[in-house]
Amino acid sequence: MNASSIPWLTLLTAIPLVGGILILGSHLPDGQRPRRFGLLFHALSLGVLALIFTQFDPAVGSMQMVERWPWIPSLGTEYHLGIDGLGLLMLALSCIVLMAATAFSRRDIPSGRIYHGLLLLLQAGLHGAFTAQNFIHWFFYYELSLIPAYFLVKLWGGPKRGVAARTFFLYTMAGSAAMLLGFLATYAATGSFDFAELAQRGKGFDGGLAAIYNVRLGLPELSTRALGLLIFFAIFLGFAVKIPVWPFQSWLPLTYSEAPAPVAMVLTGALSKLGVYGLLRIVLPIFPEQVWQTQDLLLCLALASIVFSAVAALAQTDVRRMLGHLSISHLGYCVLAVVCASRITPLDGNWEVEKQAALTGAMLQMFNHGVIAALLFGLAGWMEERVGKPLEMGSMGGLRQKAPVFAGIMGLAVFASMGLPGLSGFVGEFLIFKGVFALVPWAACLATLGLLGVALFLLNYLRTTWHGALSGDSTRFADLTVRERAWVTPMVALILLLGVHPQLALKWLNAAAVLLTERIAI
Amino acid sequence: MTFYLALSVLLFCVGLAGVLARRHAIMALIGIELMLNAANINFIAFWRHSSAADDLSGMFWMIFSVAIAAAEAAVGLALVILVFRHRRSVRLDELESLKG
Amino acid sequence: MTGVLDILWLIPALPLLVSAILSLTPARVKGGAAPLSIGALGLGFLIACAALAEAVSDPGQVRAHNFTWFEFGSSAVKIGWVLDPLSALMLVMVTFVAGWIFVFSIGYMSHDENFTRFYCFLSLFTSAMLGVVMSNSLLMLFACWEVMGLASYLLIGFWHHRPSAAAAARKAFIYTRIGDIGFLLGMLWLYAETGTLLLYDNGAGCLEANALTQLAGAAISTGMAASTGIALLLFCGAIGKSGQIPLHVWLPDAMEGPTPVSALIHAATMVAAGVFLMARIHPLSTATASAKPIVTATAPANATAQSAQPAVRMEAAPKSQAHAEAAAKPTEAGGDSTSSPTLTLNVMAWVGALTALLASLVAVAQYDIKRILAYSTVSQLGFMFLGLATGGPAVGVFHLLTHAFFKALLFLGAGSVIHGCHEEQDIRRMGGLWRRMPATFGTYAVGMMALSGVPLLFSGFWSKDEILHSALAWSGSKWPFALGLVAAVATAFYMTRQMAYVFFGPHRGHPAMYEQGHRIPVTQPHESPMVMTLPLGVLAACAILLTVVGTPMWPWLHSVLSGHAPEVRREVSVGVLFAMLISILAAGTGFTAGWICYMRRRASGFNDGDPLQTRIPSIWRCLESRGWIDELYKMSFGIWTAAAGRFCDWLDRIVLGGGVRMIQNAALATAWMGRLWDEFFLNGGFARGCEQTRNSADRASLVQNGQIQRYLRILAGALALVALWIIWK
Repeated sequence: MNASSIPWLTLLTAIPLVGGILILGSHLPDGQRPRRFGLLFHALSLGVLALIFTQFDPAVGSMQMVERWPWIPSLGTEYHLGIDGLGLLMLALSCIVLMAATAFSRRDIPSGRIYHGLLLLLQAGLHGAFTAQNFIHWFFYYELSLIPAYFLVKLWGGPKRGVAARTFFLYTMAGSAAMLLGFLATYAATGSFDFAELAQRGKGFDGGLAAIYNVRLGLPELSTRALGLLIFFAIFLGFAVKIPVWPFQSWLPLTYSEAPAPVAMVLTGALSKLGVYGLLRIVLPIFPEQVWQTQDLLLCLALASIVFSAVAALAQTDVRRMLGHLSISHLGYCVLAVVCASRITPLDGNWEVEKQAALTGAMLQMFNHGVIAALLFGLAGWMEERVGKPLEMGSMGGLRQKAPVFAGIMGLAVFASMGLPGLSGFVGEFLIFKGVFALVPWAACLATLGLLGVALFLLNYLRTTWHGALSGDSTRFADLTVRERAWVTPMVALILLLGVHPQLALKWLNAAAVLLTERIAI
Repeated sequence: MTFYLALSVLLFCVGLAGVLARRHAIMALIGIELMLNAANINFIAFWRHSSAADDLSGMFWMIFSVAIAAAEAAVGLALVILVFRHRRSVRLDELESLKG
Repeated sequence: MTGVLDILWLIPALPLLVSAILSLTPARVKGGAAPLSIGALGLGFLIACAALAEAVSDPGQVRAHNFTWFEFGSSAVKIGWVLDPLSALMLVMVTFVAGWIFVFSIGYMSHDENFTRFYCFLSLFTSAMLGVVMSNSLLMLFACWEVMGLASYLLIGFWHHRPSAAAAARKAFIYTRIGDIGFLLGMLWLYAETGTLLLYDNGAGCLEANALTQLAGAAISTGMAASTGIALLLFCGAIGKSGQIPLHVWLPDAMEGPTPVSALIHAATMVAAGVFLMARIHPLSTATASAKPIVTATAPANATAQSAQPAVRMEAAPKSQAHAEAAAKPTEAGGDSTSSPTLTLNVMAWVGALTALLASLVAVAQYDIKRILAYSTVSQLGFMFLGLATGGPAVGVFHLLTHAFFKALLFLGAGSVIHGCHEEQDIRRMGGLWRRMPATFGTYAVGMMALSGVPLLFSGFWSKDEILHSALAWSGSKWPFALGLVAAVATAFYMTRQMAYVFFGPHRGHPAMYEQGHRIPVTQPHESPMVMTLPLGVLAACAILLTVVGTPMWPWLHSVLSGHAPEVRREVSVGVLFAMLISILAAGTGFTAGWICYMRRRASGFNDGDPLQTRIPSIWRCLESRGWIDELYKMSFGIWTAAAGRFCDWLDRIVLGGGVRMIQNAALATAWMGRLWDEFFLNGGFARGCEQTRNSADRASLVQNGQIQRYLRILAGALALVALWIIWK
């Protein structure tokens, strides 16, 4: 059997799925062993992923490793898997983040086998969604990832976990329901659930899908434009809640502050990327016309995400809430880039380059933000473990004297978050700004306010918690242990490496970005 | 004819009154017998004054009815005796175990 | 010879490597840190000297080495390094000055437990500055610029357990970041207009003739040329980094760091970066649509073919910058300009002159030895911008170089004084130190005279004189010159005051010691060890020797920076002599006033007010509290930011969260309504129906009381009724 005939993507989804079911069904006692089993399966996924990397051709922008079999012919549904460079990096991100989340979890977590089983199921959901090329497939895994997340928050969360889990679940479900409706309408009009086929039909600005809608759905009282927008907004809402985009973000700070820290790592590091990924894979190719029609509105929403969240973070006292706002702000840049890339541009000039810059930047930012945010939340989790209670600003001070190495890693993560050159956050942000500035200058100017706000509150955090005189609970704060250092090292190395040599990640993305730019052009 | 019918009505009413009003089961039974006999009188009277008086149908029905009355009296008395054995009383207003 | 250009990258890479090694070294290992760092810088200095020799051998050439950093989509982002007289001079200066500061730190930081970490940060800092200086791409410059911001954050907050240091570090980073956003936007604009961020790229770079013509021609809606807008935005970055008004407030606070750090920040790195940036992009500031650069000296024909390759080396791209500047700046010290300066230059000149004046006035009323020097730095940076704007890069950079030496010298001298006085920084508690610390005194005096502009012997005189002269000859306005002149007087005045307080008069010591009855303090101030005084000596020598390269008789530096071969001039014009006379008069006035106020007076006690304080108390109070600018910012921006934060949080929690809760509650209310409907109407109706049926059945069952006679009676009644009905019918 040669390598190309192995269904790699199915395998990658199956490993955590099987692993999760095995662990859930086993009788492992609490303690080290469920965690080790979890790590084993995550390592297995990483191994398969490494093999996929060797098979993948970065010069090709279209789908690779495609698996396509008939599944439910009556619904126009196929078992259709495939990845391009973006999908590949998202798979890598979810493997890294889930591995890290498992490693960062407390070893004495109660009901460990359920916890780690759910984490594996969550990963299966992510892998399934990132490889899906068909809406039914996508939706199934998209929802599959939600359920373990709900239980992980609900069962192992902080004091307000009930409210947090419910808000998170209901919010996301509402978005998913809207998305499902939107896709059912699309299906009713076109008879297809296949992303590539829908993108082919949605291409161009001669009415695109909307024209088909009106003929097929037979709603003469709605104009073509209104109907197209309605369906677009339904689908956009699903992703807007997931990312989240202002003003759909109010579930996030609560959820991120109540979820156990490793789960927050997964939520921000991998799960929120489903939203941006959906914008890039589904919304932008299928609804380019609608994105363009609503561009000003979407730009305002993205800018509001960036600026309002960065400013609101200034007023937070809970560290994890603050980090949650940081996440919203950073993903706002991705949304901004995606929206700007939909701009109709004159044929002369170098507009393609700017669009490619924005899209590549957004993709890179997704990956880098995933790693950095996961590291930040993981470190916050370790701090909580040491202190034994939620982190309040000002309840501690001078931790750097007690834990210099911890402070160093924290500082690195914080500065990477601020987009310091040399660390991985910078290149993505720079590319986004480059594209956005050329396409919509005023948006880039306003977005810089976010940079300033982020620097303000993150440095405030460093100053109050890590610097200054020893105070509060910090007197018995222990530095990182050797084991913790070992787990942190790969992530730090990744942040540094991608900061100095971003080509490592970009080379997988370029062809996909070029293809996407062509797809959304007039 | 009218006389027979009047007698029969009277007899029936007496029997009915006996059935409805008397507390004692045997008295009620006697009332039933009276009513049966009122019916017998009617049979005979209508038969005697009808156009088909040459056949014996009226007589036949009366004899049939008397036979039934005899059987009924036998069964009724037997029941009364059994009730009495069972409950040491045959007062009808005390026999209400069949109520809904 | 291509060798130097090939290994130029080693100059910043070596300190960076050292920094990486040291960052992984445990804090208890102290031995290797200093030798390693100094060795790396020393090696860098040697390479830089070779590079300088290479650069000045043909000063009109720009040698660049470009390569692809990363690719996005179908395009590539290139960065690279450049070797021209400007970068070579800066490389030599930075490696040299930073190297001696490193040596000084061995002594100054010897007792600190984070000695290794200190050298790690210092190396990172220097490496970033070297990267800024030699980068041939605005992107790489920006990257190093930001890394330098990080290093300054780490170093200013080196004693992070002090709340004031932690706050100062944050303040420095935030204020420079405000400027950096301008820088970022300017860079993005430039990228959007020209499609490249390379400064020199065989004619395709953004500082070369083609791009400049295009930029000067492209106008935005307000009529401002793109080049002007970009240059102004980049100037924002320089304002932040170089501590100009209105973003200067972080710089005086930055002296919370250890004194060698202050020396490094205020002299060789960080603040110099802003001035360097403006010198580097000077063609952009001067580009005007009317005075188009002559496109005769562009790249050779094979330039385009070469630039397609990932790594391009330019050996002989002539410097077209000189042409671009020709219209707007006097190419020689005695030259004169005819056309009016661009908006960028106007802004730069005014900001520089105002900063120079205000900072020097504030410095008069400070008591902290380092804070005086810090305001002096702000003021001198203002002079540099004034020089850049009125006289072109050569004038500004000359002052930058001389200032780097004598300001490093002054800060290290101050460090030596502080070290000798047991961490005392208040000049009112010093005095008479010239007897106890002769070496420090001597070198400090040299630095002081260079800074105040004592004529002929000291480098500061020549560079400042050149600035004043070019400001005088400037075609824009004479006001910046006047402001600068007053600033020069004030400079001489506050330096005299500082010398008087620190080195002359009786030693005033700590008041607590007097209260205990000691007339003489228990621990005498003492001279610093050799490892600290040696750098002082070397830097003092340089502060004098640097005179050689910039006198009007042999303006070597000026020629080299303008891309000409140096030549000796036999005669000096009258204008130059006049300007020299004015500078000498200004310095003399300052000295005399300072002498009268302080030297003769010999303040003897700690609590004796400053002579000026008693004479002009209201102005003094304003100056002493630094013009209340910090307070102003705190009252305005601080409060606004906090309010905005609370507002957004309120928006989040109350409005949006509330909206969501309202929807949630509405949904819940609907659910309750449904439940009520179900329970009380539907279920209730059914249940009551059942109930009533049962009740009526109950009542009906009363009939069936088991009394046979009642049944019969009913039967009889019914029969009677039927009978009656039949009859009635």
